Order: sequence, then structure tokens, then C-alpha cells
Amino acid sequence: MMYSEKVMDHFMNPRNVGEIEDADGVGQVGNAKCGDIMKMYLKIEDGVIVDAKFKTFGCGAAVASSSMATEMIKGKTIKEAEQITNKDVLEALGGLPPVKIHCSVLAQEAIAAALEDYRRRNGLVEDTRYEGCNGCCGGCGAYQNEEHE
Amino acid sequence: MQNQVIYFDHAATTYVKPEVLEAMLPYFTQEYGNASSVYSIGRSNRKAIEDARETVARCIGAMPTEIYFTGSGTEADNWAIKGTALAHSSKGKHIITSTIEHPAVLAPCEFLQKQGYEITYVPVDKDGIVNPEDVEKAIRPDTILVTIMMANNEIGTIQPIKEIAQICKKHGIIFHTDAVQAAGNIPIDVKDLGVDLLSISGHKFYGPKGTGVLYIRKGVKIENLIHGGHQERNRRAGTENVPGIVGLAKALELATQNLDVHYEKLYKLRERALKGIFDKIPHVRLNGHREKRLPGNLNVSFSFVEGESILLMLDMKGIKASSGSACTSGSLDPSHILLAIGLPHELAHGSIRLTFGEANTEEEVDYLVDCLAEIVDKLRRMSPLYEDFIKGECGK
Repeated sequence: MMYSEKVMDHFMNPRNVGEIEDADGVGQVGNAKCGDIMKMYLKIEDGVIVDAKFKTFGCGAAVASSSMATEMIKGKTIKEAEQITNKDVLEALGGLPPVKIHCSVLAQEAIAAALEDYRRRNGLVEDTRYEGCNGCCGGCGAYQNEEHE
Repeated sequence: MQNQVIYFDHAATTYVKPEVLEAMLPYFTQEYGNASSVYSIGRSNRKAIEDARETVARCIGAMPTEIYFTGSGTEADNWAIKGTALAHSSKGKHIITSTIEHPAVLAPCEFLQKQGYEITYVPVDKDGIVNPEDVEKAIRPDTILVTIMMANNEIGTIQPIKEIAQICKKHGIIFHTDAVQAAGNIPIDVKDLGVDLLSISGHKFYGPKGTGVLYIRKGVKIENLIHGGHQERNRRAGTENVPGIVGLAKALELATQNLDVHYEKLYKLRERALKGIFDKIPHVRLNGHREKRLPGNLNVSFSFVEGESILLMLDMKGIKASSGSACTSGSLDPSHILLAIGLPHELAHGSIRLTFGEANTEEEVDYLVDCLAEIVDKLRRMSPLYEDFIKGECGK
């Protein structure tokens, strides 16, 4: 497995590891069966992400993607953070091996899930579950606090 | 120790011992003649090959005419399985294997399945051991081959080969065993085991890569796999890899002579590592049978963390280990072997394999244990699974 220096740096010295006790938005994506779980905590003031922390169960690429993603959204407005894609995370990491691209996707989804949670807590959204959703993917964050597989 | 390379991946491959390399060297530069030629440097090569064949035969209790050199353990497995299938298809097209075989056995079986053969996979118990009764129950009138590995590459479990061989003999079915991990670590006597076909790979016991052996018991009919010249008594074509053959034989000879010392040394290192890990790290599981396993194999699962992360951090500390089979490191699926012994996916993802070798020391093992304790703790601190677990514990 060949990782870039940047990936190894963010894996060995991950930024923003931890929890935020009074977080304004928390999102968790992935599942243990696939070997990757990312949990992201956001502190939001006046529409700006003032702090971000993460906890990740997963491979080197998953940890590095989480670390990089939290670095990228800190200080950004919600709108700016939403525009960050997995490609941006990938680019910032200097690329990932093909089998690990999904880790950067997971990072994008973790940001989205945490922001979704923030909106729901603040009554900013209607229920966004699409018809037929059973909450299994966890990607939208809609079932954040409910029991599902 | 941080700047040294500490190698705990001997099941993946081993270094070549100096005595082995020394035995091989003349056949690269001086004795380079083709063994099929009549002139003297060709003839001396012929003799070197036949001497090597005698050595290998002696080491595993076979006759020299039952030993065939191949290009790898994988080739030996392919030859045994496809060769038997082709030679006996008029009797039937049913093959029995296990759920924990190496890809070198599983992939040929899958290939044959596409050609119209039927494959039955017998399960293993929670320790990774095949029950011979399950093999007997799986036998049908059209069964032509049973192939069960002697020792597992990931969890090191040693299978009841003798019992399975007796069952096959009773039913008149050819029995092959992949002994690639066993050779050089535990005694192999083909006559005592009662096997018909047995595969070996040179680079697992301090011999060169690109070398293998298939033992074919006298009287067992299998088709050839590689067609061409008349080498290996018309059974395996291709100009002989003379230095490789000489090296494999020398390595197997050394391994067989030192087997007791080797076993004792690796067993002690393994037990030291096992004790250290269980003493210092909570929430650990040993995979594979506690005693019926290769002396140098340790496979453990750490709850709440992922194996690749552990390996990367170990690598930064100079320690080389493996997570599942090195052959599957390009894939994301957890090891089929760990799933077969009933591990849930998350624990299978959190497994590492440590395989000790003759040059390892107790100091290296102690350093490994310290590093592992530090790494697992660091990874657990950033694991949401561990967070959930701790919160659950506190809530009780």
C-alpha cells in the first residue's frame, strides 16, 4: 500500500482528533462491517464552523481523510463547507490509492451528515428522508439518533 | 530498535540463509550449462538436480522418483488440482476442499467450477480446524479429489491430515495437501501421513523464491500442467531452475536437520509475544487453535481498531507484520479465513498476523509488545467504536 507523504503525515499526526462535548452538529457515517466509521463533531457560530473534531475507526486513508477534512472546514461558512467534495479532500492529500478513494467520499459524507444534524437541531430542515429509505447507509444523517442496522 | 528492520512476517516469505545462497551461486556463473546437454557442465547440472531430488525425497519420506520440481508452491497446487481433475473426469467431477484454503487452491477450484466441476467446501470449527467426519460426509460416488491444507497461512492451525488421508484411502479418492506453510516448521512424512499429493514452496523455509515441489505418490495418475520439453521425466516442461532447485533442497535439508531447535525457538518467541500482548492490552482475541498451530504463528484481533492502521504504525517503528494474507492486501474485504472461523467483520478488520523466524530475538518481541500496546491505545482513543463501548460501560 503506497500512501503519499501527506497522507502518512495526517495518519501519524492526525489533526482535530476527539469529541466536542457541546457540539452543534454530529454526524456518523460508514459501518464496522465495511471497516470504516467516521464520526464528526462541529461547533457552529453565526453560520461559521469554528471548530471540528473527529473520531475514526478505519485504515490509514480513512484517518488521514478525516483529519484533512476537519482542517479544510474549520473557519468556513456552512455554505462553503458544503461545497467541499471528496475530490478536494483527495487533492489536498496528494491522492489516495484507487481502492481507498471511498475514504475521501466518507469524509465528504461525514461533513454532510454533521451539517444535516445541525440543521435538524435548529429546525432548519424538513425531514429529508426519501421514500423507501430504511436508514441503512447512514449517509444522509437522517437516522442519526435512531436504532438501525 | 526504531531504526532497525524487525521482521515478523516469515509466513509471507523468508530471507535466504547464507549456506543456501552459497550452495546456489556456482550454478549461476560457472555451472550454467543446460542440464539436458551432453557436455560436462550440463552433466554436472543434471547431477545437481538429481542430488537435490534425493535430498528432498529423504526430507519428506518419499522416493526420489516421486519428487517433481516446479516454479512455485502455487504451481504445485495448480498442477495437483487441475491435473487430478483432468485425469479423472471420466470417474466424476466432484472435488472437496475447505473454506480456509489459500488462493492457490481456491482459485484453481473456482476455475474448475467454471469448467463444469462441482466443489464442496467443508467448514472449519471456531479454532479453524476441519472435522474429518465432515470430509467423509461430503464424499460422493463422483468425488475424485480432496484437497485440504496441512497448516493454515493466516491462523497457523494444523489440520488432521492423517485422519483425512485415511478416509480418502478408504473411499479410493486422491488426497492432496498444500504443505507450503507446514514445510520447515513441523515434520512431514508423506508415507506416515498417507497423502497422494503434497505441495511445498522453497521461500517459506529460507530457500529461494520461484521454487516449489509437488510430491506425486507412485501410482497416482495426474495430467501434466505445463507442456513442452522432456524435463522432470516428461512431467513438467521447462529448462530446470538449477540454482533454485539446489537452493530449495539445501534449505529443506537444513530445516529438517534443525527442526526441533527451530520449533522450540519459534514456539518460545510466540508464547512470549502472546503473553505480553494479553498482559498489556485489553480486549484482544487469539485467532486459531491455542496449541494445534504452527510454532511461529500468532494471529490476534484487537477490538475497536482496524488492522491496516496498526500495520502502518508498526511499520513506522520498524516492525514488519501482516494483516491477513499478504495476497489479499489489495482488497478491502476482511480475510475469508477469519470470517470462516466465525469472527464478526469488525474483529476480522482488526486482526494482525505475526509470524516469527529464526533470526528474531526476545528483545524484538518485547519491543513489539510495547509498540503494540502504545499503538492500539492511540488508535482506540480515536475510534468511535471504543467511545461507544466506554460510554456503554459507564452507563451500566
